[in-house]
Amino acid sequence: MKAFNLAAGTLVAGMFATASAAEAPVLTVYAPDYFVSEWGPGPKIEELFEARCECDLQFKPGDLLPRVLLEGDRTEADVVIGLNTDVTKKARESGLFGPHRQDLSTLTLPLDWTDDTFLPFNYGHTAFIYNTEKLAEAPASFDALLDAPDDLRLVIQDPRSSISGLALVLWVQSVYGDEAQAAWEKLAPKIVTVTRGWSESYGLFTDGEADMVLSYTTSPAYHIIAEEDLTKKAAIFPEGHYFMVELAAKLAGTDQPELADEFLSFILSTDFQSMIATGNWSIPAALDKSGWPEGFQQLDLPEKVLFYSEDEAAALRDEAIEAWRRALSQ
Amino acid sequence: MLRLENASIAMDDRFLNARFDLQPGARVAVLGPSGAGKSTLLDAIAGFRPLASGAVHWNKSDMSSEPPSARPVSILFQDGNLFPHLDLRRNLGLALRPDGGRLSSAQTDRLIGALGQVGLGGMENRKPGTLSGGQQSRAALARVLLQARPILLLDEPFAALGPAMKTEMLELVKDVAGRLGALTLMVTHDPKDARAFAEQVVLVADGNALPPVETQSILDNPPKALRAYLGAED
Amino acid sequence: MAPRVVAIIAGLALALLTLGPVAAVLARANGLAALGAGDYQAIRFTLWQAFLSAGTSVLLAVPLARALARQNFRGRGLLISLLGAPFILPVIVAILGLLAVFGQSGILNQLLGAIGLPKLDVYGLHGVVLAHVFFNLPLATRMLLQAWLAIPDERFRLAASLGLGRWAYFIVLEWPLVVRILPGAFAIIFVICLTSFAVALTLGGGPRATTVELAIYQAMRFDFDLGRAAALGLVQLALGLGAGVAALRVSLGQGFGIGRGRVVPRWDSRGRKALDTLVILAAAAFLLVPLGMVILRGLPGLPMLSGGTLQAALHSIGVALVSTALCLLWALPLATRRGELLSLCAISVSSLVLGTGLFLMLRPFVNPFVMALPVTALVNALMALPFALRILRPEAEALTQDFGRLRATLRMTPLAWFRLVYLPRLRRPLGFAAGLTAALAMGDLGVIALFADPDRTTLPLQVYRLMGSYQMKEAAGAALLLLMLSFALFWIFDRGGRANATS
Repeated sequence: MKAFNLAAGTLVAGMFATASAAEAPVLTVYAPDYFVSEWGPGPKIEELFEARCECDLQFKPGDLLPRVLLEGDRTEADVVIGLNTDVTKKARESGLFGPHRQDLSTLTLPLDWTDDTFLPFNYGHTAFIYNTEKLAEAPASFDALLDAPDDLRLVIQDPRSSISGLALVLWVQSVYGDEAQAAWEKLAPKIVTVTRGWSESYGLFTDGEADMVLSYTTSPAYHIIAEEDLTKKAAIFPEGHYFMVELAAKLAGTDQPELADEFLSFILSTDFQSMIATGNWSIPAALDKSGWPEGFQQLDLPEKVLFYSEDEAAALRDEAIEAWRRALSQ
Repeated sequence: MLRLENASIAMDDRFLNARFDLQPGARVAVLGPSGAGKSTLLDAIAGFRPLASGAVHWNKSDMSSEPPSARPVSILFQDGNLFPHLDLRRNLGLALRPDGGRLSSAQTDRLIGALGQVGLGGMENRKPGTLSGGQQSRAALARVLLQARPILLLDEPFAALGPAMKTEMLELVKDVAGRLGALTLMVTHDPKDARAFAEQVVLVADGNALPPVETQSILDNPPKALRAYLGAED
Repeated sequence: MAPRVVAIIAGLALALLTLGPVAAVLARANGLAALGAGDYQAIRFTLWQAFLSAGTSVLLAVPLARALARQNFRGRGLLISLLGAPFILPVIVAILGLLAVFGQSGILNQLLGAIGLPKLDVYGLHGVVLAHVFFNLPLATRMLLQAWLAIPDERFRLAASLGLGRWAYFIVLEWPLVVRILPGAFAIIFVICLTSFAVALTLGGGPRATTVELAIYQAMRFDFDLGRAAALGLVQLALGLGAGVAALRVSLGQGFGIGRGRVVPRWDSRGRKALDTLVILAAAAFLLVPLGMVILRGLPGLPMLSGGTLQAALHSIGVALVSTALCLLWALPLATRRGELLSLCAISVSSLVLGTGLFLMLRPFVNPFVMALPVTALVNALMALPFALRILRPEAEALTQDFGRLRATLRMTPLAWFRLVYLPRLRRPLGFAAGLTAALAMGDLGVIALFADPDRTTLPLQVYRLMGSYQMKEAAGAALLLLMLSFALFWIFDRGGRANATS
């Protein structure tokens, strides 16, 4: 009975949760689910921003864009944070997002960013991560990876259900172009399996089921800083690495336009930027390398960065996924 | 008066037809070969089986389309007359409070009294599983007393009891039926039961339930259908 | 009559929650989209793997249930309880546990390597089937075991006195049982496997193992193509309905009850001891070693568990208890053939379609964030309903058969019948159903993706969040906590149903 009361209490508490914080103006921010865990960047962002805004920042985690699109112009969101470039086209076409009006000159991205709607806050690159104790010599180039013996075990994510998986097929597409399917066919025997999301892949890699996992150039930073583990490295390929950037945007119909603008400018502030590296294990979008935490300065980063504009990506996407699917289905 | 008016009851592959009247308070044995439809007849009166045609009347009101629970009938089955997980107080209490509620003190007194009348005084807290077969039958009869309905149907409830016990139970049924003034129909295989218990016999054979005949005369001078059955019995 | 009204309301609520979301998605999508060639391929693969998985599960369950029914040994009860554990593992945890045993660098391949044999490759259709059998073999086994134990003693004595040979014995005693139980077991497992996604993809080794659910995910999350998602959702629903209708037509609807009580001394146990022991050991190894790996992986993470994770565990327990109450209240009036069919439809609806549809339905009335936990509890109750019904229905029907006439002649009111007869007599199956529901509700991630609440997360969601933030160790610890809590809830309810049960 006690347990039942507890359960009922939990539910009732849930019903009335939003009623309590009514005083200060509320900025509602939609974010990806991992953002709000105590290990994600959400709590730190909330703390830093509320210290300067005299407002109540409320994160609403979950499926970002599907949710905004379902809600349409009745959405509660004032700002969304954590969008990826794969959805910007769809988001833009919905007409739900307004201009960010931020000065982009402070950006320190490895490429030119001129988008007036979607504002970058951190970035990384797709990369294959390996354990130096288990794999003494990682392939030194994408070509070398393709030509590596078939007992090199890779685990990747499905481009149809994972952003990093999609970035991988675009990466192969931009390196190999019309030869993408042939490249995938060479890669196929080495791919142990394909997982639905990044977490499953990374779990398999840390369990030793694979030698290399598709992840980000920034992943070793976590192991260096949080675990003092220097054995995880990204294999850097001279052909270039696909650029992964995370974005924030303001809803056109927000009822808190000033607060939303303030939040967007906060994103580019040094406070935010020097926190986000270890907060979200990504490279700050507007901070010189000298400002990065030491673990990040140690990272091996690619010289060459590959990236498709959203229109190019949209045009190539289906074909790139199909090349992947055909090669791996054989 | 219980009237079966051109009643026709569907059995597996044929019909059982009945057309007769039974007087209130009468004690009637239902005799006949296995599978002839004795239980079917009782089921139709109790409402567990619909009539294909015709009607069943009690005191001039047609109860053919009433559900079993609305009929002025109490019934004892071959088994399963008591809920095994409830004690006798609870089991019998359902006759007085079908909603399962608490009995008033007057109702409790009646319940205790009924148990005493069937010789189970002081056993109200026992569960059926702890009673003998005869005691279970007595408990079920005590409930019939409490239900106090004008028609009592007995579908061979004592078939599993020994001869001495059965005789005792038939006496008890007579007693209960007498107290209630109830019309009692009892299915039996055994002509001796009929002699001991019933004033009249309804013979069920060849698709018909025949009108009641005085017990003594029918058993002394059995018709052909009954003779075949009795012969097989001996 | 009142009970009828209750049954109709329960049925309507179920239909509304099953078809309503699909309709809501459809309405929002402005109609169905045509399916592409890739979709037909996904449908074919989905059907094929579900068929193989369900078939293998029920066929393997026959020797296992027989061995457990006729052999008595120390720890038998505990083993039967433990065998149920794979069923309640969160998917992501189960995948890692399975691969720790059967994967490239898993225990099995290390053993094979040590004795110089070539490695086995688990990835492929056989891997998908292996994983689904891991989840569902215990379920099929318990369904059969219960029926086995319910064979009256007299039959065994008769068989023994007739001196039946093994074949005759099988035909006379066991085959009727198998035909009666297996279709229902097959159907429910088939429907569960229809909506598999992460397991099929990962163990299947890649895009060859594309299921309908993955296609729905892609349509919903990546393409935002609601028309295609709805069309695929309807396909899933139709497949589930088809399986349900076929199975219920074939089977006579016996459930899996509480098959773990007594072992009657039987004449058939002698001379089969070696075979039975082999079967039981093999099954225990297959099911328990991966479970052991989940425990081993999780132990180092247990001390790391943070306040947030413990909080999530409390929420999960709360959700599980509410789901359990809801599911049982729902199941009692629906314990009929029609109710069971309806409930099979409910679990064949994609959880993504269900979640999105519920979101669209609730959105005009309430704030979906606030509804996170109630919706989770509701959906988990819905998802556990077919299992609860499979357990309850045969026993409920037997009760009506045994005492229905007595009830009528006593003029018992529905409430009195329910309170005095139904509940006490159904206590054991209710306990088992409650245990299973609670465990399922603990482990199921459900439809929370669109309804996530930042402050009130559940334990499975916490496991995913931890993994998404590189906290693999704590995630493994949290998964172990989840496993322990699920199992404890299952055990307490199942136990409670069996305590003090007289006559």
